[in-house]
Amino acid sequence: MFQRITAAAGSLALLAAIAGCGEVDDASGDGGGRTLTVFAAASLTETFTELGEEFEESHPGTDVRFGFAGSSTLAQQITQGAPADVFASASPATMKTVTDAGDAAGDPRVFTTNRLVIAVPKDDPGRVRTVGDLARDGLRVVLCAEQVPCGAAARTALGAAGVAVEPVSREKDVKAVLTKVRLGEADAGLVYRTDAKAAGGDVTGIEFAAAAEAVNEYPIVRVAHAPQPGLAREFIDLVTGPRGRAVLGRTGFQAP
Amino acid sequence: MTAPDTVPGRPPLVLVLPALAGLAFLVLPLAGLLVRAPWSTLGTRLARPEVLDALELSLVTATIATVLCVLFGVPLAWTLARVPFPGVRLVRALVTVPLVLPPVVGGVALLLAAGRRGILGGPLESLGITLPFTTAGVVLAQAFVAMPFLVISVEGALRAADLRYEEAAATLGATRWTTFRRVTLPLVAPGVAAGAVLCWARALGEFGATITFAGNFPGETQTMPLAVYLALETDPQAAIVLSLVMLAVSVVVLAALRDRWTGAS
Repeated sequence: MFQRITAAAGSLALLAAIAGCGEVDDASGDGGGRTLTVFAAASLTETFTELGEEFEESHPGTDVRFGFAGSSTLAQQITQGAPADVFASASPATMKTVTDAGDAAGDPRVFTTNRLVIAVPKDDPGRVRTVGDLARDGLRVVLCAEQVPCGAAARTALGAAGVAVEPVSREKDVKAVLTKVRLGEADAGLVYRTDAKAAGGDVTGIEFAAAAEAVNEYPIVRVAHAPQPGLAREFIDLVTGPRGRAVLGRTGFQAP
Repeated sequence: MTAPDTVPGRPPLVLVLPALAGLAFLVLPLAGLLVRAPWSTLGTRLARPEVLDALELSLVTATIATVLCVLFGVPLAWTLARVPFPGVRLVRALVTVPLVLPPVVGGVALLLAAGRRGILGGPLESLGITLPFTTAGVVLAQAFVAMPFLVISVEGALRAADLRYEEAAATLGATRWTTFRRVTLPLVAPGVAAGAVLCWARALGEFGATITFAGNFPGETQTMPLAVYLALETDPQAAIVLSLVMLAVSVVVLAALRDRWTGAS
């Protein structure tokens, strides 16, 4: 009995492990049409999904398939030969690993930027007004870990503001920071403008001047061995054009 | 339990071959780590204080979590195995929920329960007890995901144990508590030990619920798996070293304890 149960638990764990590998699934478009594969930073999920739908409408028979994940994960997959057409990264440094590996066709273009804001829960229990308030004793502040881009940006911005913050936690990504603020576990956190906006009424985003020192640039590029180079160019034109700007602007991104 | 250790005759190939394939499948990724490990810089990487902090924190919290799981899990397993009550199947299913729940969701659930705006955490906070972002929170997250392993093992052992010993104790006038303490517990001790070992191993490797509920702060809540995850972002070699340390420690502990406690010869 015990052995049977552990065997069952074991196979469950195995299944979970298999299901958990965040690859794009390989089922290709079944309409016999063309499929454009776009790898984009997780923070672009909402905007790119919307732009992808518009692209499909204006290109009948074309299927746009997205792989959304952390930029460095996607960059690794591309340098390992993943069949992507377009790569949009949340940081020039990550993009550089792809261009250095010779996997980019031409130079990447910065198509949008994002910057940090102070996110506080809607009822603002810590009464945070300015970036200087983050240094206050007893205030529970969460930041990204310095190993991830939002943490590096937070360090730069706080350094520029001359504020020494003692966070209670250094989270693994910006969404984790947002969750802690959203649930009211943290009194304040540094997140991107777009994240604060996406949280709707749950959090308030407070802008601060020093955030300008740590603006996050998003480059986009066509992948060197893109299966659909023509479609890739057109999609990049859509993203960098007025329509792309409008959709990105609505969710809190700013023009480069 | 009284069966001889070996049965005469050669093991059939139809079992041995899949067994070897299964073993290879489990061990191959480990070999990958070993091959890619930066052996030349191993010493200096290991001596870093943050590595030792994370390792110590992991060992301490996983052990406390295991003790808690034994204290609460053994009675729970006994109740499931020995007390017929309506809804026992449902309760048993509920016990296994942390096994199937993605640990990150488990962490959010813990926040909603024991966070400062949670149903339990609110009252605790007013008493001055904070769990998120503390080492206690790490223990709680580990115990949450690891306890099912213990409960399932112990319940299995209880169901396999011969009831006649307990019946004999009862006819001789022992109370149920005495019977449990003097007869049942010694009888299922190997099951408890096996469960505790599984439980400890699971707690040691816990990542999702810990980082979600307890956060990540070096020396406070940053256990080895969290340190490994963050090292992967910038320095994959360091992540490999950290993983190897964790593997080495757990293999040593498991190999040493498992045989002794579970009575395998």
